[in-house]
Amino acid sequence: MVGIITYGAYIPRYRIKAEEIARVWGANAADITGGLGVFEKSVPDYDENTATFAVEAARFALARREVNTEEIGAVYVGSESHPYAVKPTSVTVGEAIGATPLMTAADYEFACKAGTAGIQTAMGLVSSKMMKYAVAIGADTAQGAPGDALEYTAAAGGAAYIIGEDDPIAEINDTCSYTSDTPDFWRREGELYPRHGGRFSGDPGYFKHVTTTAKLMMEKVGTKPSDYDYAVFHQPNAKFPQKAAKMLGFTQEQIKAGLLVPRLGNTYSGAVPLGLAAVLDIAKPDDRIFVTSYGSGAGSDAFDITVTDAIINKIDRACAPSVEQMLEKKKYLDYAVYARHKGKIRM
Amino acid sequence: MTVARYWRKIPQRYNLVGTKCEVCGGVFFPPRNICPHCRRDGKIVPFRFSGNGTVLTYSVLYSASEQYCDVKPYVLAIIELDEGTRLTSHVICEPEEVYIGMRVHSVFRVLDREGSDGVIHYGTKFVPDE
Repeated sequence: MVGIITYGAYIPRYRIKAEEIARVWGANAADITGGLGVFEKSVPDYDENTATFAVEAARFALARREVNTEEIGAVYVGSESHPYAVKPTSVTVGEAIGATPLMTAADYEFACKAGTAGIQTAMGLVSSKMMKYAVAIGADTAQGAPGDALEYTAAAGGAAYIIGEDDPIAEINDTCSYTSDTPDFWRREGELYPRHGGRFSGDPGYFKHVTTTAKLMMEKVGTKPSDYDYAVFHQPNAKFPQKAAKMLGFTQEQIKAGLLVPRLGNTYSGAVPLGLAAVLDIAKPDDRIFVTSYGSGAGSDAFDITVTDAIINKIDRACAPSVEQMLEKKKYLDYAVYARHKGKIRM
Repeated sequence: MTVARYWRKIPQRYNLVGTKCEVCGGVFFPPRNICPHCRRDGKIVPFRFSGNGTVLTYSVLYSASEQYCDVKPYVLAIIELDEGTRLTSHVICEPEEVYIGMRVHSVFRVLDREGSDGVIHYGTKFVPDE
């Protein structure tokens, strides 16, 4: 069955605390952290971007398991912060992992769910026997306008998944999606920062799509929330995924391992891939994982996943850093240096 | 750097692909077309370095050229790769953290950008092992 052959994650080492951002903009830090449930977020180094995250995550995946990179037939990178408007990030990844030239590649963009869209594409290509392996990556250096609510959460990082059929560490039993034209968050061509519909992004955006897809997924495979050991939901802040989980009947214990946003921020296209990577870091054979992404605009992808014995005997998870190790390895910045890191100071 | 020159250097910059002489075992980075020891008797083949090495010596640069202004101050080091050759590269750490003998490994980073509308040059830099 099609599944995850190996996986890798990447989180940059810099962080800024929400209270430091609030200090600069004259906001009440307690209100911010209390409202969003986000206490700090990751920040890229000067010489990091979505392409470098994607390459590092893919290389970590390959460090965990020996995969003949010449048998990788496709690379898809999902992001809303591709370094070029025209020139694919995915070819840089393909070249850096030795998968070029006999492969196809493309960049995806669907707000925060472009990474899971890549996983679905990879599943189709592998299941139809068009290729042995396909790589799907979700990564972002998320943008938030100075002083906007998004600035407290817009973070950086990503995760890579190599999808195939031979001894997967986790079988993807099924997937489904729910999609509509809902303008809850957008960034126009040439604009530096996105805009959003405020509270509108909640009910008709996130909650409608996430809960509908999740219910469709469980109906399709005949499961209920208690059948799962872990659940990962898209996490633009800490409140949304916890509320969605509660609406659907999942417990705090089920979402705890994959809920990274309080310490990481929202890595947009990287958010659900990183949450799933954190779960795979600790998962045991036969664990069942429920995954639901969300991308504004809007759409949601759900996955029903079962971990196999291969997670013990086919990969060495210790050959690459765990999500927890990367979350713990951090260096705090003040707002001025953070602004320099993010290119917010234009000279 | 011209686009063509950057493109030609992608294998060595992205993946530390140098060359090795199969006759004497010598390894070279950047890649050489002819073995300086065996000359015409040598047999040169591509060779990918592991990316593990040791800082042989270093400088901390506070006065940077335009393309490196974003990253200053930065550490530039001569690194001895485990396979036995040396190269010059950035070591990503605070200036006070670097020392001679520090173990480092390669990472994928932006080397520089040709302004706001030019090519982004990617390649290898090094970070401390821990």
